[in-house]
Amino acid sequence: MPEILHELVFDYTIRNVALGSAILGVAGGVLGCFAVLRRQSLMGDALAHATLPGVCVAFMLSGSRASVWLLLGAAVSAWIGALVILAIVRGTRIKQDAALGIVLSVFFGAGVVLLTAIARSGAAGQSGLDRFLFGQAASLIWPDVVTMGALAGAALLAVAVLFKEFKLLAFDPAFAASLGYPVRVLDVLLTSLIVVAVIVGIQAVGVVLVVALLIIPAASARQWTDRLSVMVLISALFGAASGVAGALISASGANLPTGPLIVLVATGIFLLSLVTGRRRGLLWSFLRDRRAAPEGLR
Amino acid sequence: MIHLKETEAPPGAFPLEVRGLTAAYREKPVLWDVSFTIPEGQLVGVVGPNGAGKTTLLKVVMGVMRPAAGRALVFGRPFEKARRWVGYVPQRGSVDWDFPTDALDVVMMGLYGRLGWLRRPGRREREIALQCLEKVGMSEFARRQISQLSGGQQQRVFLARALAQDARLYLMDEPFAGVDYRTERAIVALLRELKERGRTVVCVHHDLSTVTEYFDRVVLLNGRLIAEGPVQEVFTRENVEAAYGGSVAFAGGG
Repeated sequence: MPEILHELVFDYTIRNVALGSAILGVAGGVLGCFAVLRRQSLMGDALAHATLPGVCVAFMLSGSRASVWLLLGAAVSAWIGALVILAIVRGTRIKQDAALGIVLSVFFGAGVVLLTAIARSGAAGQSGLDRFLFGQAASLIWPDVVTMGALAGAALLAVAVLFKEFKLLAFDPAFAASLGYPVRVLDVLLTSLIVVAVIVGIQAVGVVLVVALLIIPAASARQWTDRLSVMVLISALFGAASGVAGALISASGANLPTGPLIVLVATGIFLLSLVTGRRRGLLWSFLRDRRAAPEGLR
Repeated sequence: MIHLKETEAPPGAFPLEVRGLTAAYREKPVLWDVSFTIPEGQLVGVVGPNGAGKTTLLKVVMGVMRPAAGRALVFGRPFEKARRWVGYVPQRGSVDWDFPTDALDVVMMGLYGRLGWLRRPGRREREIALQCLEKVGMSEFARRQISQLSGGQQQRVFLARALAQDARLYLMDEPFAGVDYRTERAIVALLRELKERGRTVVCVHHDLSTVTEYFDRVVLLNGRLIAEGPVQEVFTRENVEAAYGGSVAFAGGG
């Protein structure tokens, strides 16, 4: 283990992978809190899947594997997906869960078709697109990390500046509207930030699993606190820890893929939190109930 | 009471004036040509059967829903230009009480409108929020996570938040729904205090048996306006039966 820590500092690849994974853990952890509290977890999943056709189209148009172009395509595609969900919910009698399912499957299906088409055409660097399916953290190079860091930094800054407004939006949108806040604009902005968190994560973790980094750290953090600000910090910490741990386990010679390992570490933290979490963990609830129960009932 | 900044007095127009208001969800009309005027310093109950358009009326007044025809004026202006004088208490069931926050924090949300963008609530806001919690008998629960409060206590937190708004007109959506006796008394005492301070309160209300006790005026709705005016004059058996269609257990003044 000390050797892997040495490499974490000095090995170019491992440093990139660990840093990139930490960045996506923090972005997913922070934005995930709002997604989970607003019951938009599955929105994150649908938008993640909706990025795939955008990645392919961006590649076909630019012929470039540079992550900036591919991520831009991903963002546009996810945005269109979000608008389609909104249009379906507002314009028809179809409910949100069905709309999410429609967008997720149709966009993902289109993405897979495009991936296959690109593979058939034998375009150079096609293998570079496969990684968006399940993620390939090991392929992260320094410019990727910089892009991820800039995107995540911008998203986190927006959350820091609008924290009070986002909290109100998540808790009581009707009251927010009565105060004169532009609820629809804030809603679109928060959803866009969730898209940014997804974009930050898809290279390393892939469109299929990235939603886990929105949901799991947030759900874990909720077990430890009853304050939103603390929940956001803990969730960011859990996300980052999962990212770095997953990257290190993967690099330590197990020859296992980084993305799924990150998700597994996060799940481990979640299980631990579910049992021992100070505020709502099962263990503490059990002890509290015992103490609260009248003598005769023990 | 400490205030950030005394809200300037509204113009001398009626707190709420509704003229020929018609509203519909898709093709289904919910409110039909409703007109009435609420004078200042009155406690007003909006009463009618389910689907009578009570909550829709609040939505249209607050500009959340566009009317098909007619309009609502708050202190003689459209709601957007009068919202600083309006406090709102949504239905308790409209939010997730499992949200990670405490009672004090929820009450401080009532001050966000005056804080504006970027500024965060600080010590001053905390003090105002604590005073508001005290007024509804909830100061000892200030730091309690909101899911650990009873339904009545949650309702009182919502009322404290509205108090923090320091409004001239309060719009409340069923504040008495499903609360315990203690909360009911606390709300009644609060409404009377607001009235003494010249505030106007419009409550969507469900319980016919308490209308005469709680309110000065009543708006009887059933899609159309059945009657509006002082409780003694308007809350009669004929009017209530007209609103509810057929006989009802009636404990009114007429």
